[in-house]
Amino acid sequence: MKAAVLVFPGINRERDMARTLKLISGQEPAMVWHAEPQLPAGTDLVVIPGGFSYGDYLRCGAIAARAPVMDAVRAHAAKGGLVLGVCNGFQILCESGLLPGVLMRNAALKFICKDVYLRVERSDTPFTRGYNAGQVVRVPVAHGEGNYVADEATLAKLEGDGRVLYRYAAPDGSLDPAWNVNGAINAIAGILNDRGNVLGMMPHPENHVEAALGPTDGRGLFAGLVDHLKQAA
Amino acid sequence: MKARVTVTLKTGVLDPQGKAIEGALKSLGVGGVASVRQGKVFDIELDGADKGKAEAALKEAAEKLLANTVIENYRIEVTG
Repeated sequence: MKAAVLVFPGINRERDMARTLKLISGQEPAMVWHAEPQLPAGTDLVVIPGGFSYGDYLRCGAIAARAPVMDAVRAHAAKGGLVLGVCNGFQILCESGLLPGVLMRNAALKFICKDVYLRVERSDTPFTRGYNAGQVVRVPVAHGEGNYVADEATLAKLEGDGRVLYRYAAPDGSLDPAWNVNGAINAIAGILNDRGNVLGMMPHPENHVEAALGPTDGRGLFAGLVDHLKQAA
Repeated sequence: MKARVTVTLKTGVLDPQGKAIEGALKSLGVGGVASVRQGKVFDIELDGADKGKAEAALKEAAEKLLANTVIENYRIEVTG
């Protein structure tokens, strides 16, 4: 798997992401600076990591979404290439128009840094094939603006097309407002684009991959991507 | 030439920050506050004296960056 991790000023989760990609795929990802007009040749997967690009100025992800490298990411996605955005990466994907909707301030107005439970809604996508449909995984969140919002028509389309892949849920997988940490509409934690090759999610699966540090539920997402790319090759 | 772009949330979009400010104003005892919506103001200086060109540039700025038109509206005023 040839992964490229984008680096913007203010991003701070790129090393966690690179470490996980190396751990799961065995291959060191390329770190790509935001001013680069192109991705490394043969890139299979673009990852936009978490952090606070440009200090969250204007709106979270707004300035990073207009960086030169994002034109290359758009071209990569248009060819069917895989793109994964985590946390600030999800916000950047929404701001860039690669994913619909927007991430607003958490409903309770507080920055939330804790483990959450996600229900995996389906397993037949590159981003979920490492899990079973209905499986509940425990991964951390760390964000102040993760409250997903979209207009009614967009939401109906997302739900109708089965493009909500991850939802905040109780440990038993049931949907309960008490477990919807940031107040996201329909408890949405992660969504897919219409073509099925771009995923944005607020939680950090890359931080739950090593037993020495706790749960390893995040591995499935990356193992699934590796598996998908092997099958496609 | 000076201009101001005002960005506000569209009607119906939940504004948790506005709600918090509204609550704070009420707890301060400021009378008659029915509701608060938070927005942003950009004061921009432009080169040149062509008002039409300035307005076109400001519209581009607002559409491309200053506002997220999924949730926000914007208003442009060339102030002189």
